[in-house]
Amino acid sequence: MSQVNRIAASSKRINRNRTLTFTFNGKEYQGFEGDTVASALLANGVDVVGRSFKYSRPRGIITSDSQEPNAIFQIGSTQATTIPNPRATQTDLYHGLAASSTNGWPNVDFDLMSTVGKLGGSMMPPGFYYKTFMFPQSLWMSYEHLIRKGAGLGSSPQQADPDSYDKMHHHCDVMIVGAGPAGLAAALSAAQTGARVIISDEQNEFGGSLLCSKQQIDGELPSQWVEKTVAQLATMDNVLLLPRSTVFGYYDHNLVGINERRTDHLGENQLQSTRQRVHKVRAKQVILATGAHERPLVYGNNDVPGCMLANAVSTYINRYDVVPGNQLVLMTTNDNAYKTAIDWHQAGRKVVTIVDTRESSNGELVKKAKKLGINVIFGHAVIEVSGSKRVKGVDIAPINAVNHSVTGAAKHFPCDTVASSGGWSPVIHLSSHTGSRPVWNEDIAGFVPGETVQQQHICGGLEGVYDLSKVISAGFTTGAVAAQAAGKGEGSYAGTLPQTSDPQEDASMALFHVPHSKKTSRAPKQFVDYQNDVTAAGIELANREGFESIEHVKRYTALGFGTDQGKLGNINGMAITAKSLGKTIPETGTTIFRPMYTPTTFGALAGADVKHLFDPARFSAMHKWHLDNGAEFEDVGQWKRPWYFPKPGEAMQDALERECLATRNSVGILDASTLGKIDIQGKDAREFLNRVYTNPWSKLAVGKCRYGVMCKEDGMVFDDGVTACLEENRFIMTTTTGGAAGVLQWLELWHQTEWPELEVYFSTVTDHWSTMTISGPNSRKVLEKICDVDVSNDNFKYMDWIEAKVAGVKARIFRISFTGELSFEINVQANYGMHTWQAVMAAGEEFDITPYGTETMHILRAEKGFIIVGQDTDGSVTPQDLDMDWVVGKKKEFSFIGKRSWTRYDNKRDDRKQMVGLKPKDPNFVLPEGAQIVFEKNQSIPMTMVGHVTSSYYSACMGYSFALAVVKGGISRKGQSVFLPLSDGTTVEAEICSPVFYDPKGDRQNV
Amino acid sequence: MLHIHCPYCEEMREEEEFSPAGQAHIQRPLNPEELSDEQWARYLFFRKNPRGLHHELWLHAHGCRKYFNMTRNSVTYQIMETYKMGAKPSITASEEGQS
Amino acid sequence: MQQYSGFGLLKHSLSYHENWQRVWSNPTPKKHYDVVIIGGGGHGLATAYYLAKEHGITNIAVIEKGYLGGGNTARNTTIVRSNYLWDEASHLYEHSLKLWEGLAQELNYNLMFSQRGVLNLGHTLQDMRDIERRVNANRLNGIDGEVLTTAQVQEMVPILDCSKGARYPVMGASWQARAGTARHDAVAWGYARAADALGVDLLQQTEVTGIRRKDGAVEGVETTRGFISAGKVACVAAGNSSVIAKMVGMELPLESHPLQAMVSEPLKPILDTVVMSNHVHGYVSQSDKGDLVIGAGIDGYVGYGQRGSFNVVEHTIAAIIEMFPIFSRVRLNRAWGGIVDTCPDACPIISKTHIKGLYFNCGWGTGGFKATPGAGHVFAHTIAHDDPHPLAKPFSIDRFTSGELIDEHGAAGVAH
Repeated sequence: MSQVNRIAASSKRINRNRTLTFTFNGKEYQGFEGDTVASALLANGVDVVGRSFKYSRPRGIITSDSQEPNAIFQIGSTQATTIPNPRATQTDLYHGLAASSTNGWPNVDFDLMSTVGKLGGSMMPPGFYYKTFMFPQSLWMSYEHLIRKGAGLGSSPQQADPDSYDKMHHHCDVMIVGAGPAGLAAALSAAQTGARVIISDEQNEFGGSLLCSKQQIDGELPSQWVEKTVAQLATMDNVLLLPRSTVFGYYDHNLVGINERRTDHLGENQLQSTRQRVHKVRAKQVILATGAHERPLVYGNNDVPGCMLANAVSTYINRYDVVPGNQLVLMTTNDNAYKTAIDWHQAGRKVVTIVDTRESSNGELVKKAKKLGINVIFGHAVIEVSGSKRVKGVDIAPINAVNHSVTGAAKHFPCDTVASSGGWSPVIHLSSHTGSRPVWNEDIAGFVPGETVQQQHICGGLEGVYDLSKVISAGFTTGAVAAQAAGKGEGSYAGTLPQTSDPQEDASMALFHVPHSKKTSRAPKQFVDYQNDVTAAGIELANREGFESIEHVKRYTALGFGTDQGKLGNINGMAITAKSLGKTIPETGTTIFRPMYTPTTFGALAGADVKHLFDPARFSAMHKWHLDNGAEFEDVGQWKRPWYFPKPGEAMQDALERECLATRNSVGILDASTLGKIDIQGKDAREFLNRVYTNPWSKLAVGKCRYGVMCKEDGMVFDDGVTACLEENRFIMTTTTGGAAGVLQWLELWHQTEWPELEVYFSTVTDHWSTMTISGPNSRKVLEKICDVDVSNDNFKYMDWIEAKVAGVKARIFRISFTGELSFEINVQANYGMHTWQAVMAAGEEFDITPYGTETMHILRAEKGFIIVGQDTDGSVTPQDLDMDWVVGKKKEFSFIGKRSWTRYDNKRDDRKQMVGLKPKDPNFVLPEGAQIVFEKNQSIPMTMVGHVTSSYYSACMGYSFALAVVKGGISRKGQSVFLPLSDGTTVEAEICSPVFYDPKGDRQNV
Repeated sequence: MLHIHCPYCEEMREEEEFSPAGQAHIQRPLNPEELSDEQWARYLFFRKNPRGLHHELWLHAHGCRKYFNMTRNSVTYQIMETYKMGAKPSITASEEGQS
Repeated sequence: MQQYSGFGLLKHSLSYHENWQRVWSNPTPKKHYDVVIIGGGGHGLATAYYLAKEHGITNIAVIEKGYLGGGNTARNTTIVRSNYLWDEASHLYEHSLKLWEGLAQELNYNLMFSQRGVLNLGHTLQDMRDIERRVNANRLNGIDGEVLTTAQVQEMVPILDCSKGARYPVMGASWQARAGTARHDAVAWGYARAADALGVDLLQQTEVTGIRRKDGAVEGVETTRGFISAGKVACVAAGNSSVIAKMVGMELPLESHPLQAMVSEPLKPILDTVVMSNHVHGYVSQSDKGDLVIGAGIDGYVGYGQRGSFNVVEHTIAAIIEMFPIFSRVRLNRAWGGIVDTCPDACPIISKTHIKGLYFNCGWGTGGFKATPGAGHVFAHTIAHDDPHPLAKPFSIDRFTSGELIDEHGAAGVAH
C-alpha cells in the first residue's frame, strides 16, 4: 500500500526528496522527512494502531501532539535501544525506524482479548476489582498474576542503554516556554531589550499553531513570519533557541527543567553526542506561552479509529500533506473548528456535513464553509458512531444541550472520519507544578493559571486568548514586561506589531458530553479517557457510588492516570462529574497537574551521574600499590579501602590469619589515610574540645595525643578518635572514616550557632595527609631504619607524637595503637604517600612486613576490646554502656554535649544493653555478627532478646573465636552464659566476659 | 528546588549547595543540669514545625560552610529573607499574620 | 452494607450498573459525637472502624478537610512490611501485617494486598551486619525473614545489577516474603465504607479550626461547619499534626517534610517483587498497572507544599539506574510529594496527652501506610480505654522526656 492519504505537495515541512522507510508491526511503510510516525502512518492509511487497555478495543490516532492517548508504541530495533511508550505523534520519523503497537494479541488487527473485552466489558465498570477476586484469600496472588499479565503498555529494554546523557545549567533573564505566536513574539520583544532569553518548544521546529495555520500575517503565510522571526532571534547573542526541548517541570523559585532530545530524530546509536540533555534554567522571569489543547467531544463509540480532534485533522492536512480519510463529518461547538472542514474540502476530499451543536452561528468561517458548499446542520450532534476498525458512519440527532437530551430521531450518515471540537483548554500544567491552583474561566469554558508566587507571566492561548492578533500582541507586551521585571528595557514593545485579521467568530457552546437517546449507562460507550478506557457511564457510576470529589473520581475510575496525564480527557471528566452531581465545574474542582509535563527519560534525569559517577569514589595516595598487590576492597563511606591482601590462591580466612599473626609477631602495615583529620586552631580550641568531647582536654600537653569520644546531645556516642596537641592552641583531630564530614559539620554547628565567642577555626585536612600505620613488635626496628630521630621508648613514649623525617620526607609520627601492639602512625604530605609507603615496605622487608586491610585491623582491635563506632554502636549507646566511663570527664566545668541526657530515666536503668566480650562455648565456632542473644535457651517465639553480637572473629593469635556484643546488664553478668538462636535452627552457647581479650594490661603497646 | 541567598557569600546559589538544619534560634540552655527532664526534652526534640512562616537554620555546606538563618514560608516555599547568625529576623509571623 | 462479590458484579452488569449503592453517605454533622477523629486518611478511618467494631463506640465523626484518603494515603509507594529492627516497632508493624492478611475479606473490599515480598539490599559489610541483626531479631520475634546471598538476589531479580563493577555492589539482602504492596486508595475506601456501615459519620470538606477545652479536658472541635461537641478528640492528621497541636498550645517532637514519589509509564511486567536499597537510596516496585513505583528520599526542609525539590528526583532516578541499568530508557510519567511528619527516632507517636480526652497518632514519617490497620487498631483501643494498648505503650510521647527512644534510624537511614 502506498501513501494513499498523501496529497499534493503544499507544506514546506515535508521534504518529498527524502523518502524514509520504516516498519510498523513488522510491515514496511514509507514516509518523508518531516513526518512524525503518526503522520506517516495516516499517510499510509493505517487505521488501527493499538488496542485499549481494559476492553481491547481497536484504537486509531486521535491527536497530533502530546495529548495522544492511543498511538503509544514500542520504538527501536534492539533490546538495548528500544524505547517503551513514545507517542507516534511526537516521534520524528527516521530511516529504518521500527515501531510496534504495545497491546494486542496476536496482533492489533485481530486481537483475541477483544472478545473478552466485548463479553466481559459489561462486568468491568470502574472499581470492579475492588469488588471481586477476594475469595478465597489465598487465591488473590493467583488472580493478580493473571491481571498483571495484561498490565503495562510497552516493554522495558532488556539490555543496558548504549547512550549517554548530560545536563546544562543556565541563568537567564527571561525563559519562554512555547514558541508559538505568543512565545515567539515575547522572545523577540524581550530579546530586543538586551535581556538574556531562552525559548524552548517541544516540537522539532518553532512556530506552534502557525505551522499549520493559513491565517496570513503581514500578508504572508504565517510560517513565513515564523521563519523571519526565528531567523532574527538566531542572530542575537543573548538568545538561546531550544527546539525539540520539552519543559517537563516548573519548580520553585523559577527553576525550569527542560529535556532536549538531541539525537532521537536521527535514529538509534547516534553515539557522537549525548542522546538527551536536561537543561536546568534558573530564570529571573518565566513566560508561559504554552497555548491551548483542543478538547474532543464525548459521544457514543467515539473511540472507533477515524474519530479525531478537529485541529489534529487540520494539522495533518496543512503541515504534513496528509488527509486522514475520505468522507468527513465535523462535529463542533464553535466556529473555529470550521477551518477543519474547509481544509478537508480544499484538500479535495468530501465533507459529508458539519454538525454544529449550537442553534446557529453567523461567523465568518461558518459563512465561508457554507459558501464552499459544505452542508451545515445546526442544533444537532453526532450521538453515535458505527464501525469497529474504522468509522463507517454516524448517527446525527437534534439535541438540547441545556437539559442534556436528544430531542428527535437520529439520522444515519455514512462517513469514515469524525472530527470533533468541544473548544479549547489552556495548557495550565506548568503553572500548576509550583502549587498554583488553576481557576475556571467561564468565558472560555476552561481553566487558566491562578495566583502564583513565582515570577511568572502568561500570554496567548494559556490565558484563554485565542484570536491570533491578540495573541501576538500579548506576546510582544508580555516579553517587554517580563524583561523589565528582570531589569531590562522599558516595559513596552516599541516596534510595529505584525498585522493579521481574525475572522469574526460567534460565541461557542460549552458542551462536553453529547447526549444520547439512551441513558448514559445504557448508551454505547462514550470514552472520556481513552488510554484507561474511562467512559462517561463509568464516571457517572463513580459519582452514584459516592465518589464525588474529582480526586476520588480520578482515582476510582483512573481518569487522567494515563501517559497523557489527562490532557485529553480531564476537563470532560470534570464536566461530567459536575453535571451528574448538579454542581458547576469550579465547584467540582480540578486535579493538580504534576511534573512531568510529558514522560521524561530516566537516563536524562540522571544525566552523567551514573555508573562510576553515580557517587564519586575516593582513593588514598597508595591505591595503586594496593591494586598492584592484589588487595580486595571494601566500601567505607565514599572510600575504597583495602579489605585484605590475599596472596594468589589464598582464601580470605587464611589471608586474615596470616596478616594478624604477622602483625602480632613481627610487623604489619595499614593504610589509614581515610580517617578524617580536622585541624583545629585558636586560643579557645582547648575549651572547645572540652565541650564537644566527653573527656577533659585542659591538660593535654603539646606533643601528646589523647583518645576522645563525642556524643550527640541525646548522650549517645556518635564518633571517636585520637586528637593530638600540635601547639598550645592547635590540635589535630582524627575521626572515623565515614564520619569525617559529619563531625566537621557538627563542630561548625556548635561554634557558629552556640559559641561564636570562642576563637577557634576548623579545617578539614583529610586529603592533605597520607597515613600509614606500622604495628607490631618489629615496627620500631623498621621505623628506625628510615627515620631521622630517636624513636626509642625513652625518647618517644606511647601516646606521644613527634615531627621527624621519614624516608627523607617531613612527617608527623603518632605513637598510638589500635591493635594493642607497638605502633607508629606515620603521616606525610599526601603527594609523598606512595614514596614513603614504598620506603617503609623496603625497610620492613627483612621483617617480612605484611600489609593488612580493614578486616585484620578489625580483628586486632576487637581482640583488644576497642570499639568501632557504627559497628559496635548504633546511635543508642552511651559511653557508660560501653563500659567506658573512664572517657567521661567528672570534673569538667562546662556541661559538655551529651552529659545532661545521661541523667534521664532511661539512662539510669541498670538493664541497659552494655558492651561485653563473648566467648563461644565451641572455641572454633565464630558467632555470626548480628546474631541475637537470649538469656533463656528454651523459649517459644517471640523470644525475649537481650542483645546482639556486634563484632565476631576467629583469633589466630589466641587460637579461639571471640566476639563483642551488647547485652542487657552485661557488665555485671560476666561469667554467665548466654544463648544465641541462629538462623539455621541451632542454638549456641557463649560466656560473657571482658571485651579485652588480648594483653589486658596493655604491655605490648608500651614497649 | 530552592534558590538561596547566602548572607555571607552574598550570592544566590542552588539548594544543592546547602543543608537545612532545622528550626532556628533554639538556644542551648546555659544550665542544663538545672533543667527538669521535661524542659530538657523540650530543648532536644520539641519543635514549632509551623505551616506558614518558619525561621530555620541552614548550612552553606558546599560553599562557605557558614550556618545562617532563613525566614521561609513552609507552604509556598517563598524565602522572605536570609540573615546571619546572631541577627534577628525582620519578618515574623505576627507581622505576616498566621497562615 | 451491600456485599461485593463476582456474582454481584454479574448481577449488576445486567442492570447496567445502575443500582450500586453509595459506598458511604454524606451526612450533616450531629451536635455531639462520643469521639471526633481529625483526619480522614487511612489511619483515621481505620481508627473509626475499629472503635465501632471492637469497642462498640459508633457515635463517631471522622472530620476531613479535603477528601477521604487524600493525604499521604494517596501519595505513598504502597509498601507493606514488618521487618523492623527494634522489638517495639516490629511488634507493632507485625500486628499490622497480620491484620492486612485478612483485611480484604473483613472489609469486603479488595485491597489488592499482594504479598510479593520485599528485598532490602545490602551494599557494604556494615549493611550486611545490620541485615543479619535485623533478620535474626525478626525471626525470634516471629516475623518471617531471610538473609539472601548476592547469587540468591540475582536469581530472584535477574534484572538487578549484581555485578562487582557496580559503584556499590550488591552484597546480599534481607527478604521478607510476606511483605508486599497494597492498593493505597482502596485501603481508605474500604475502611470508610465499613466504618460508614457501622454508623460512623464521614464529614468531608470540613476543616477543624480549633479545639475547645474546659478544665483541662476537651469539649469539642470548631469546624468550618460550626462547633461539634465531642467526648474525645483523636488527631490523626499526619503532616498537619503540629498545626492541630498548636490549636491547644502544644508543640510536638515533629518536623513535617516533603517526601516525593514517582511513577514511570506503564511497562509490561518486569519486576515482581519490591526492591529497596537504603545505601543507594532507591526503592521500586511495579504496580498491577505496570508502572514502576519509585520512592525518593525525604527533602531536608520543613515543607507543607506537597512538593519537594527536583534534585531529589534526579538523585532518586540515578539510584534506580544504578540498581537497574536497563531502565535508563524508561520514562518518568509523574512525580509528586506528600507531607510526612517525622520523629527524632523515626518511630511514631501513639499517645494520650496532658489534655484529658485528646489523643495523637502521628510521627509516622515514611512508614505510615504499612501500619494503617495496626495503628488504627491500637489507637482505637487507646482511645476507647483511655489507656494505651500494650503495643502502643512504647510509642507514648513521654518517651522523649524519659529517653526511651526506639531508634529505627539504625534500621533505615533513608525513607522506607
